[in-house]
Amino acid sequence: MPMDWILGLAGGLLIGTGGAVYLLFNGRIMGASGIIGGLVDGSGRDTAAERISFLTAVFLLPLLLTPVFGRVDTHLTSNVLVIAIAGLLVGVGTRFANGCTSGHGVCGISRLSLRGIVATVFYILAGGLTVAIFREILGVI
Amino acid sequence: MRNLYAFLAGGLFGTGLYVSGMTDTAKVQGWLDVFGAWDPTLAFVMGGAMIPMAIAWLIAERAKAPVAGGSFPAKPAPKLGRNLILGSTLFGMGWGLVGLCPGPAIASLSYNGLGGVIFVIAMGAGMLATPALRSRLDRAVPAE
Repeated sequence: MPMDWILGLAGGLLIGTGGAVYLLFNGRIMGASGIIGGLVDGSGRDTAAERISFLTAVFLLPLLLTPVFGRVDTHLTSNVLVIAIAGLLVGVGTRFANGCTSGHGVCGISRLSLRGIVATVFYILAGGLTVAIFREILGVI
Repeated sequence: MRNLYAFLAGGLFGTGLYVSGMTDTAKVQGWLDVFGAWDPTLAFVMGGAMIPMAIAWLIAERAKAPVAGGSFPAKPAPKLGRNLILGSTLFGMGWGLVGLCPGPAIASLSYNGLGGVIFVIAMGAGMLATPALRSRLDRAVPAE
């Protein structure tokens, strides 16, 4: 098994353990878009402190790990316009759908939620089509 | 204590995203690129994440309440509306365009350069605009 897959599995186990802690200790679903979105639009004002604690750690741990294990080359496009459009789509889309890869994907599918499964099918299909069109056909990303 | 538990959960999430390579947009776009050089790593990440999470749901079914009090989130009704389908489709398009979703966007903020910052700002703007967009759409095309 290639090293990338092993690291993927190990990282996945850590992600899922984080979700388990958030559920069993705080009684919350670990969905990144919901945690951020509630802060941005003010709908999660009552639970702002735990949202900020969560997000601070999400930001901080990779920052602390970088000097130890090395910098990740993120291969992010340098096209600022594409980045801005993608950011807007991700922001609007995840709030309309009320979830993203972590909430609908990891947390939803693992409890066999129909909404989580259908959301995941749609965002993977849309993502696959987008890459097929913009990379394989048009060659712009 | 809630904040400490949230910090612990976020730390595990951030570490997992870093270790799994999910902050590398090439790996995410590689997973979506079924007609090109397909990269299956994301499937291992998702599969790995679902194992502890599925166990946690089983424990939650049997436990009375979360450790910090309150109650466990009720399972949503299996209702598929316009917002879920439309939202997931828009999200998937943005995800495919650059290979970032909300969690990895935050996790990679310290080493993703200016582009990573622009993405998070644009994502925040989209989130901020959503309630107004949703009510406008509701007036034009009722959701259910």
